[in-house]
Amino acid sequence: MGAGHGHKLHFHGHSAIHRAPAHLKVLALLGFMIVVVATPRTWYAAFALYLLALVVVIAISRVPLTYLLKRSVVELPFVFFALLLPFVATGPQTEVLGVSVSQHGLEAGIALLVKGTLGVLASLTLAATTEPQDLLAGLERLRLPVQLVQIMAFMVRYLDVVTGEMHRMRIAREARGFDARNPRHWPVLARSAGALFIRSYERGERVHLAMLSRGYTGRMPR
Amino acid sequence: MHVPDGFLDAPTSMATGAAAVACVGISLVKARRELDDKTAPMAGLVAAFIFAVQMLNFPVASGTSGHLLGGALAAVLVGPWTAVLCMSTVFIVQCLLFADGGITALGTNIMLMGVTTVAVGWLVFRALQLALPKRLSVVPAAAGLAAFVSVPVAALAFVLLYAVGGTADIPIDSLATAMVGVHLLIGVGEGVITFLAVGAIVAVRPDLVYGARRVLARRELEIKPRVVA
Repeated sequence: MGAGHGHKLHFHGHSAIHRAPAHLKVLALLGFMIVVVATPRTWYAAFALYLLALVVVIAISRVPLTYLLKRSVVELPFVFFALLLPFVATGPQTEVLGVSVSQHGLEAGIALLVKGTLGVLASLTLAATTEPQDLLAGLERLRLPVQLVQIMAFMVRYLDVVTGEMHRMRIAREARGFDARNPRHWPVLARSAGALFIRSYERGERVHLAMLSRGYTGRMPR
Repeated sequence: MHVPDGFLDAPTSMATGAAAVACVGISLVKARRELDDKTAPMAGLVAAFIFAVQMLNFPVASGTSGHLLGGALAAVLVGPWTAVLCMSTVFIVQCLLFADGGITALGTNIMLMGVTTVAVGWLVFRALQLALPKRLSVVPAAAGLAAFVSVPVAALAFVLLYAVGGTADIPIDSLATAMVGVHLLIGVGEGVITFLAVGAIVAVRPDLVYGARRVLARRELEIKPRVVA
């Protein structure tokens, strides 16, 4: 079990960005994105500047840009929405390549694409350069409630265990010739989800008892 | 689907962020009553479960598939306050470690997909439980209906937020029709799967289902005389 050592998006490295304290990185990401979101949508020069700053940070971190771009597919549904905007928004019309589209919709669509892409790239940079353990310590330093950080710590620790369990259940289903193709197969999948909940819950109980037997009193030792 | 950065304007994002902080804060206090010192490990494991179940794809038709949101499911399984904590944790981790959903939209995502689905799901579930006969077999059906209602209501909440702080002037009534229409369909899937999943759990370990506790407490131990043939 390799849980607790990096995660799917983490890119191992020793750059200044990797070594920077996690709480500063979270604050930097938050501050950067608030500025990006608050920037009026037609200030294209400002967005170019933000992108430049982001690319410089990525270059310092030595995470290959292709590594980040490949993982920015999470953005795709909203790219689709952004492309749709010029056609559904109202307001004065304008011509683009001979097609009449809404001026406001076009601007909003471009702004959404630009801001969303900056957001995904910046978040990916944080995820790629920060170990989960450092991130949790950073969040605690940011005065997030200890209890919430603990819940997150347990979630991150057992994420791979629970998803691994689900993966094994899928292999077991497929080994028995199960292939989910339409809603008629939902009961099987729902029973799997139910079994997964029972297993996760019981694992939580076992973990809790194991912690109690090691002297846990409701907060983690430092 | 997570709201990305730049979808809503800065003031709206800040407002939902503040609301999310308040909701998570209240839930932290209240969840201790549901779980006491078990809170951290149990909520952590349930959050991991929600995360995993959101990756479980349910085939819809001809190659398309959907997945569970899990708000109402979590509310029925572990209680509303713990559920809000679990859902919020899932969104925070998805945002910071998986770049899913923008960090300025984190509050929006927590309020829409965490707090709204849990609150609506739980209220509908409780209302149905009060109205319907108090039997164990009713619990999965009530959970399914609650899950069905929670999805379009969350979509409607999104439309309201968009009306306040949207960045493009789409006619709100057509956006509302489209969003609620699509999410009614998604809600059907969410409802059916929640019904089936809760049914599977109630059949095996009814004691683990928070929403079934009141029903279980009313059950009395029956000692039947052995029938000698």
